[in-house]
Amino acid sequence: MKSIAKVYTAIIFVFLFAPIAILLVFSFNEGNSLSVFSGFSLYWYEELIGDSNTLEALRNTLVLALCSSILSTIMGTAAAVGMNKLRSKPMRAAMNTVTNLPMVNPEIITGISLMLMFVFVGRMMGLATSLNFGTILIAHITFSLPFVILQVLPKLRQMDKALPEAAMDLGCTPLRAFLKVELPEIFPGILTGFIMAFTLSLDDFVISYFTTGNGFETLPIRIYSMTKKTVTPKMYALATIIFFAILILLLLSNLADRDENERQKARRKEKADR
Amino acid sequence: MKKIIELKNITKSFDGEPVLQNVNLDIYDNEFITLLGPSGCGKTTMLRLIGGFETPDEGDVIFLGKRINDVPPYQRNVNTVFQKYALFPHLNVFENVAFPLREKKVPKAEIEAKVTEMLSLVALKGFEHRSVTRLSGGQQQRVAIARALVAHPQVLLLDEPLGALDLKLRKDMQVELKKIQKQTGITFVFVTHDQEEALSMSDTVVVMSEGKIHQIGTPIDIYNEPVNAFVADFIGESNILDGVMLEDYKVSFSGQTFQCLDKDFGKNVPVDVVVRPEDVDIVPVEKGQLTGVVTSVTFMGVHYEIIVDVGGFKWMIQTTDFVDVDEHIGIELEPDAIHIMKKSEYSDLYGDYSSFSNELDELSEVSEEDEE
Amino acid sequence: MKTSVTRDRRRVLRADHLSLAPYTVWAVLFVLVPLVFVAYYAFTDNNFQFTLENIQRFFVSTSSVIQDDGSTQEVRTYLLIFWRSLKLAVISTVICLVLAYPLAYIMARAKPRTQKIFLTIVMIPMWMNFLIRTYAWMTILQDTGILNNFLSLLHLPNVHIIGTETAVVIGMVYDYIPYMILPLYSIMAKMDTRLIEAARDLGCNSLGVLRRVIWPLSLPGVISGITMVLIPSVSTFYISQKLGDGKIMLIGDVIEGQYVANNLHFAAAIAFVLMILLLVCMAIMRKLAGRHVEGGL
Repeated sequence: MKSIAKVYTAIIFVFLFAPIAILLVFSFNEGNSLSVFSGFSLYWYEELIGDSNTLEALRNTLVLALCSSILSTIMGTAAAVGMNKLRSKPMRAAMNTVTNLPMVNPEIITGISLMLMFVFVGRMMGLATSLNFGTILIAHITFSLPFVILQVLPKLRQMDKALPEAAMDLGCTPLRAFLKVELPEIFPGILTGFIMAFTLSLDDFVISYFTTGNGFETLPIRIYSMTKKTVTPKMYALATIIFFAILILLLLSNLADRDENERQKARRKEKADR
Repeated sequence: MKKIIELKNITKSFDGEPVLQNVNLDIYDNEFITLLGPSGCGKTTMLRLIGGFETPDEGDVIFLGKRINDVPPYQRNVNTVFQKYALFPHLNVFENVAFPLREKKVPKAEIEAKVTEMLSLVALKGFEHRSVTRLSGGQQQRVAIARALVAHPQVLLLDEPLGALDLKLRKDMQVELKKIQKQTGITFVFVTHDQEEALSMSDTVVVMSEGKIHQIGTPIDIYNEPVNAFVADFIGESNILDGVMLEDYKVSFSGQTFQCLDKDFGKNVPVDVVVRPEDVDIVPVEKGQLTGVVTSVTFMGVHYEIIVDVGGFKWMIQTTDFVDVDEHIGIELEPDAIHIMKKSEYSDLYGDYSSFSNELDELSEVSEEDEE
Repeated sequence: MKTSVTRDRRRVLRADHLSLAPYTVWAVLFVLVPLVFVAYYAFTDNNFQFTLENIQRFFVSTSSVIQDDGSTQEVRTYLLIFWRSLKLAVISTVICLVLAYPLAYIMARAKPRTQKIFLTIVMIPMWMNFLIRTYAWMTILQDTGILNNFLSLLHLPNVHIIGTETAVVIGMVYDYIPYMILPLYSIMAKMDTRLIEAARDLGCNSLGVLRRVIWPLSLPGVISGITMVLIPSVSTFYISQKLGDGKIMLIGDVIEGQYVANNLHFAAAIAFVLMILLLVCMAIMRKLAGRHVEGGL
């Protein structure tokens, strides 16, 4: 790489990581300032562990992410299977448009639109509060679904169309053919879709903000309300923990990837040798 | 002989495009039958109708006397070797072959024995635990055959199974397939667009185009007695000329009258005349029934392929005698070299060899794609 | 037997449709119907009677702002905010494109291992909660923030950034630049290097290669990058709240404010206008891009 390219890359990466570095550093601040570092301490980490509201928000976030990603993965996979078999062109185009809509619509509009409907339905049913865990769950499933579908659909398209036919030819009912032959083939797509749905749900703020209620607070919403008041390095301690959790996950998945790559390489080599 | 499958008045179309038009075919027990035709002729659709992957719009599929139009593939005692094999990539060789047995809940020991037997039949003993993605094309082909045969179907359907193999391997597999069919006594329904393959392997050949069956017969019948210009042109090389049947055993074309072996066409009836290139004898000009000028000579190994211009019509002649370009030669035709066909809608489609070239022929073969 | 078999086949057909049914119902109920509700709220008053008032209010509401010279001026409140949102979003998108394009190219030409590391580096910030990242920028840019502390340490004059449009643009660029880098990178990584060699062989200089080969081929990536940066930028409200210090109101802030104040009908009206505008923008861009891609190839 030319040195000019190196310098350029370095500058952009510094820009990308500057705020992250700063919050890592200040999470260990002894004082409660976020701009003046007065000394190293783990005080804010202790504070965080003692903060029952934040811990509850964390629990809520994980429960929500798990529920919404499991449900959207099941529904999305089924939808992808159905969409892949659609023969009529206008039907396929319609399904694609509906699937793309939540991804191109601004989050604020998705959030507002769902909120308006929930409030309206709540009023019709005469409820005092219409937003709760159920509504935020619906919202999260809704914005996760397209990502699951877009992960699974290409795997189905890549798959040899004759595979399920071969299974049926050899005695499988259509359902068994799907379970025994198609599912193992598209499983990597389903897994990626699930992970995407899970992380999107963990990280979502805007849509959650409009669709949650009744005291159900997720971590991003908790962070939002924390930043409304004066923020202490406690929030940075939280961010730091999240950061390292993600880093470890990424490294693990990278390692798994490399293993898979090496195995494939070995396989290719073996084939070439013969 | 026992009829195993009957297709009766089958009509099938996709999106309004007719693929099969009123097709009738009987398949007998223990025969090797080949559906032969150019891509898009409906042969694969016919196979899929037998396999249960398509239902006919009209007509019936009969299996041992029972109508099976609506029987799904997994309830038919018919198995398929797919075009690109369709091996299950997540299973190894053993598990691929064992697949139908496991579906039928066959006891473990029996599965072991049957799979081993099948793998030795297709000469893949010792490959049990290989991943199918690590096999060569020929080996994958054998696994696909073993998998389709292991549950002892009454009929095996093969959808252009040799298309993906190179020429040498294809020739070997042709012999081997024929051997397996003899050994197992299972009816094979084989789909191909390769006429040589069809002629060399089959007991019965079914020539198709545009959703219609032109001719059903033994390879020798099909080659020697094509029913129309399409079949004559599609199977082997042929010179197809306009002629007039003057009376029984007497035909006139290229301004000459020839003796032939055909009769019952009536008097002075226009007909198509087929002469195979290897049946033409080259004689000195003065002795020839027809004369012409050699326009090209191609050395083919066993013989020369020469194009001769006879009064504007380019004949193809295969000969072991060497002639030179621009040489004047005479042509002689024995009565049994001449085959007479009724005029058909295909008569005018096939002319002489004026635009013939070996390379073009090969190119068109490569570009031939899957049906549908 | 025949009838049972026929039923079996019908079940096969139905199973395919059945697998699609839950999603279809879901998408109609929770994607399409809510959008209808936006329109419904936008054109009704609190008693759900038809009215154009909310839409009108958006276009004609005025307020007075104090100019730099001290005089006051009447302006269309929401149109001004709308215009500002669009302006800042477009500026941010252009900056993202200019910064990301060379980086994506450098990444795509690196060794495969390096590419993977670069990709991870670009993606890590995306995994970090964007509220916290934005807040960290606030502590950097504040008048008494880290940047100014640092400048003071070097005896340099302090800068006032927080509460300006510049701060908001910095925030938008920072938060959304990965969404520009990734599509650009993925399309450039797929680009055949032999094309570039061929162009050089045919007499293109570096600029010519860029203009006549790389750029046209990367257009689909450019389009999706622009879409992915422009849409969240134009509708954001947190960035402007924190980095704009409450002084730079954007359209997202107005929607959020009306939601908090429980003026759902007016919030819906603004959301409706925003939605229509974005639809028009996207349609125009698709058209332009379509022509460009065809012309370029």
